[in-house]
Amino acid sequence: MVNRILVGAHYGLKDWVIQRATAIVMAVYTVIFLVVVGAVGPDSLATWRGVFANGFMKFATFLFFVSLFYHAWIGVRDIWMDYIKPDGLRLLLMIATAMVLVGYAGWAIQILWRT
Amino acid sequence: MAEMAIKKKRPKNLDLPTIRLPLPGILSIIHRISGAVLFLLLPFLLWLFESSLESAETFASFRGVVDNALVKIILLGLIWFYMHHFCAGIRYLLLDLHIGVDLKSALLSSKIVFGVSIALTLIVGVQVLW
Repeated sequence: MVNRILVGAHYGLKDWVIQRATAIVMAVYTVIFLVVVGAVGPDSLATWRGVFANGFMKFATFLFFVSLFYHAWIGVRDIWMDYIKPDGLRLLLMIATAMVLVGYAGWAIQILWRT
Repeated sequence: MAEMAIKKKRPKNLDLPTIRLPLPGILSIIHRISGAVLFLLLPFLLWLFESSLESAETFASFRGVVDNALVKIILLGLIWFYMHHFCAGIRYLLLDLHIGVDLKSALLSSKIVFGVSIALTLIVGVQVLW
């Protein structure tokens, strides 16, 4: 018998990198958003819509949402893995998490491109 | 060898009320709680975002919701959660780069995170909500 310690599927490093890359995208966007909103000072529907009608802001906001949902997937999955021990329930929660996040992504795209 | 290390019995204390977390530990658990709460409230936040942009009617109802004093308090709390997650996250990125890993600077950076995130919450929250 070979004495071997199983160390997992090595998806950890990929997720570790993505968690940080998406965090940086969101952090940069947060600064851009606060600066833009501070400069425009949207006080009506028209000026507020104007912020997201701008091509760059639409694209940046879309990137923010995609990063947010991927980042949330990794973080929430870690929470399930830390606290939920029964395999079936853990799997169920992970699937539900992934499903709602994919749904939110569709919703966010729809909000942005209707504007 | 490695197997021995894994099987070694370690003392455990999971009696939460008797654990006194140091400041970086408090920062860490708030980082997790804030992330979880922001995740759970994503549908509410997306709905707010949608109604703020969709049409004049939904914009008016968005205004009505946000003008509610209780909603303002909740949103201020969520802004703090966001700012805490943001500032603590930047601290973790620096720790990844081995910046500020010793005890003294880890404690100092935790204090900075709490100070900056609360200040940002007040600045942004007051601008946006009042």
